[in-house]
Order: sequence, then structure tokens, then C-alpha cells
Amino acid sequence: MTQSTVASSAKGSLHGYELRRKLIWLLFLLPALLIYVRFMALPLFNSLRLSFYQGTGLTPEHFVGLDNYVQLFTNPLWRDRFLNALGNTAVFFVIHMLVQNTLGLLFAVLLATGIKGHGLMRTIIFLPATLSVLIIGFLWRLILNPQWGALNQFLKVVGLERFALPWLGDPTWALIIISLVSVWQWVGLPTMFFLAGLLTIPDELTEAARVDGASSWQVFWGIKFPLLLPVIGMVAVLTFVGNVNAFDIVYAMAGARGEPAYSTDLLGTFFYRTAIAGEHPVAIPNMGIGAAVATVMFLILLVGVSIWLLTTQRRSAEM
Amino acid sequence: MKKLNRSTVAAYAILIAWCLVVLFPIYTMLINSVKPQREIFRNPFLPHWPITFDGFQTVWNDGRFDLYFRNSIFVTLVSLTLIILLGSLAAYALAMWRSRWSMLIYIFFIAGLMIPIRLGTINIFQIIQSMGLTDSVFSLIPVYVAMGLPISVFVLTTFIRGLPADLIDAAHVDGAGELRIYRSVIMPLIRPAVATVVIFNLIPVWNDLWFPLIFIRAENQRTVILGVSLLFGQYQTNWTRILAALSMAAIPILILYLLMSKQFIKGLTAGAVKG
Repeated sequence: MTQSTVASSAKGSLHGYELRRKLIWLLFLLPALLIYVRFMALPLFNSLRLSFYQGTGLTPEHFVGLDNYVQLFTNPLWRDRFLNALGNTAVFFVIHMLVQNTLGLLFAVLLATGIKGHGLMRTIIFLPATLSVLIIGFLWRLILNPQWGALNQFLKVVGLERFALPWLGDPTWALIIISLVSVWQWVGLPTMFFLAGLLTIPDELTEAARVDGASSWQVFWGIKFPLLLPVIGMVAVLTFVGNVNAFDIVYAMAGARGEPAYSTDLLGTFFYRTAIAGEHPVAIPNMGIGAAVATVMFLILLVGVSIWLLTTQRRSAEM
Repeated sequence: MKKLNRSTVAAYAILIAWCLVVLFPIYTMLINSVKPQREIFRNPFLPHWPITFDGFQTVWNDGRFDLYFRNSIFVTLVSLTLIILLGSLAAYALAMWRSRWSMLIYIFFIAGLMIPIRLGTINIFQIIQSMGLTDSVFSLIPVYVAMGLPISVFVLTTFIRGLPADLIDAAHVDGAGELRIYRSVIMPLIRPAVATVVIFNLIPVWNDLWFPLIFIRAENQRTVILGVSLLFGQYQTNWTRILAALSMAAIPILILYLLMSKQFIKGLTAGAVKG
């Protein structure tokens, strides 16, 4: 295409011409590359490197090898909080996978039938995803307020007073409630992905099965669901990446320490305290340990994304 | 029209129930932000007349929301402009230049889609400190640009590669240079893709809490979201004010979303079809 036209119009100085074009393209790439490398790629790499150092404040002073990791995994002061945050993040992720993505699939299937008003309902379902997590978190904190919150008032009005509990103050419930608030906010995203996926499935496929007497249920599991697998994989990996570094919702609803009693502490809030705000009881940020936490989070992401890449590669190879 | 059978009724029941669950908190926030406190506690579910804008007025004056909005708008506008400008230049080069090197650079950019920039915060904070940008809205701009470039490069490169090659060839035959082609051929053609990139970045940049929370303390440099986060503690006991602050931060985005919900949904789910 481009090459052939150029070749016929400027045969003589072809080499010099191509070289000059490449040079110009490099110049076009340079500004984006500089900012991307300086403020994203290098900082990620450097943060991993800093996990081998210790120092005061944010200045790396001496190389300590793997000591930060040894501290993180064996010193009870760090280890217990770290494992607690890791476990909570896993719960947070599982609730999103089970509740958010199942609801998203359900809503998408219902919307894809093209019932009247589906456009408006789609707009409403997606609405919370456009608002700041902080605003959503604060709002739900007020709604869940045990004394004045709208939820408990509502439960009283409908005669379910015994369920009017201080949800966010209870260590066994707080994490689940916060995860569900996050599900409430983000369910529109998988809904839209699944809806887009469902709408690409040609009608002929499902019509043929229906003519053969298949029920809607059979059509869904036999035809639509297998065709949706790539979208399901993508939703899963997006959920995973979003949840591994979740921070805002817990910060808004339970504070940076994941109250009550660290029961809602996630890797994101743990990282914030170790690297930036300072961890109880010393309240001084520990750059080295913080960088080690970031590295562990990075490795968790790497494993998750690699699994996804490998399975999608294999699937596309099979096709 | 389809017959109203049992499964259609079930579909409506489920979807409408969820829509109510979505709208209820937002409705409660909005109607209670214009009520006196005792009315909020007496009946949080119904509007109360006459409405009062005391909450909004106090929050606007106490909280310097005029400054917060100016800062947020400034940061968002400059970041988005740079994301589009640098992203489209890079995308044009990557779409035209077919070689192993350009492929590697492309993959290098795309990798940023899967890795949250937050994990590099410690080093970014060091860089911001060494540039003397702490406590300034300017500290946020390069971070947001770096954060937005992967999606910008991804969407725009895909789009430019899909353009008819004759258009660009014809411009070459006419003797137009690369910069001319970029400016007068490519830029007008990629407008729909630019809109996608804008919407995709607008929400995360405007709503970001993490970087302002870490970089900024000074009152006159706060963004809207950081301002709300600090006011929430201050107004612990005054719900009219809290709700007014939350509403004030939410309303601009709500209006923008309701005006262009189709583009928003398309923008935020971009890439879904591509995989």
C-alpha cells in the first residue's frame, strides 16, 4: 500500500526518503515515550528496586538485600497485617467475581432481549460507575449509619427492625458490606461488556436452535455462554486488576486502617499505610517495606494476567 | 409487539428492582441536601418544602469549592489535551511504521493497560519532590498523562490502522510532509476515536483520589474530590452540609453523563469488542 506508491513515485532517493520518514516517526513517538517512561514505566521498575533498600523517609540509604521481604513475611508486626490484607483482598475479589459478574451477566441477558425501556435501564445501571468512589463510599456510609442512616430507617418502616444492625461496625460484616457497595457501583461495567458481546452473536445461530425445539435456557448455556467465554475472561481479568489495588472504597467507608480492627484492610490500604501514611504503632512510612508490598502486588497481578493471556492464547490457537 | 409472557414480566421485575436500588441512594442524597438537618432525620425519603440551599452555600464558602473546581477543571483539561496530542502523534507513527521495533514499542505502551500506575507511587512521589512540585496541581498532570497514554495509544493506533490507506498515499503523492498529513488528514478523521479516549480518561482523572491525597495538602491546590474527602471529617455531625458537599461534587458528572450516556458507555467499554 503506502510502500508501493512511494516506490513508484520516488525510486531514486528511496533509501534516503524512507530513512527520513522513520526519523520523523521517531520524533512523533518521543514525547509520549518520554512521559510514559519517566512517570510510569521507570517508577514501576524503581519501586521494585527500592524494595531492596532501607532508609529514612523516601531516601534509599543502604542496600539490605531481601531483608524487607524477610521482615514482611516473618516479622509478626508486618506479617499478620500483610496476610490479613491479602486474605481480605481475596474475599473482596471473590465477592466481585461471584456477585458483580453474575449480576452483570444476568442484566446483560435481560437487556439483550430488547425489552421496552432497555436503553433507559442500561443508562441507570451504569450510572454509579461514573461517580467518584469516594462519593459513593461516603454516601453509603451515611445510608448505613446505625442511628440515622436511611437503610435502618427503611427497615424499621417495613417492620424488619431486627435486621437494622450497625453493619459497618461489625468485623464479620464490614468487609462483605463494603464489597457489596463496590459491586453496586461497578456492576454496570460487566453488564455493558456482556451486552456488547451478546449483541455480536448472530440471530441465525439461536434461531436455528429454537426451530429445533431448544428452550431459552438451553440456547443460553449451549450457544451464547460458550461464545461469551472470551468476554468473560476479559471481565475476570479487569475485575482482578481493579481489585488487587483497590483502595478508595475502603478509605471512604472504613478509613485508611480498614476499621473495625483491620477487618476491611486491603492490600491497597496496607500499601498506603506502609509506604505513605505510616503504619501503627510507629506511624512513620517505611519506604523499603512499602516497596516490597508493591512488588508483591505486582507479582500477584503478573501471575493473574499471565494465566489470562495463556488461556486466551490457547483458545485462539484452537479456533 | 411481543406478547407479555411470564419471562418478560420476570425480566422487568429484576431490572426495575435493580434500577430502584441504584437510584434510591442518589435520590436520598439529592433530596436531603436541600433539607434542614432535623427533617433529614425525621423522614429521609420524602422531599421537604420549602427547600433550602444553606448547605450548598456554607460548603461553597467554607470549603473554597470555587478553587477546587477550578483546580479540577484545569488538571483535567490539560491532562486530556496532552493525552490526546501525544497519544495521537505516537499512534500515527506506530500505525505507519511497520517494523519489529514499532511492534515492541506498541506492546510496551499496551502493557500499561494491565499494570496500575499506583504501584510505582513511591518513586513517582520521589520524582515529584525532586521537581519541587509537591503541593501543586502541576504534580498531577504528568502522572495522569502517563496513566492515560496506554489507552490513548491503543485506541488511536487501532483506529488509524483501519483508515483507508489511499487517503494517506494520496497526500504523500501531493508532497505533503508527515506533520501536514497528521494535522490535516489524520486529526479530522480520528475524531470519533478521540471522543472515546476523552471519555475513557475523563472519569478516572476527574475522580482520582489517590494522587491528590498523597501529593497535595495546601488548600488552594486541592481538587474537588480531595476537598470532599477533607470536608467529610469536618462536617461529621452536619448532614445537610455533608450531603450538599457530596451532591456538589456529583452533580456536574451526573449532568454530563445523562447528556451523553451513549458515548460514555461506548467509551468506557471500548476494547470490549476488540478483546
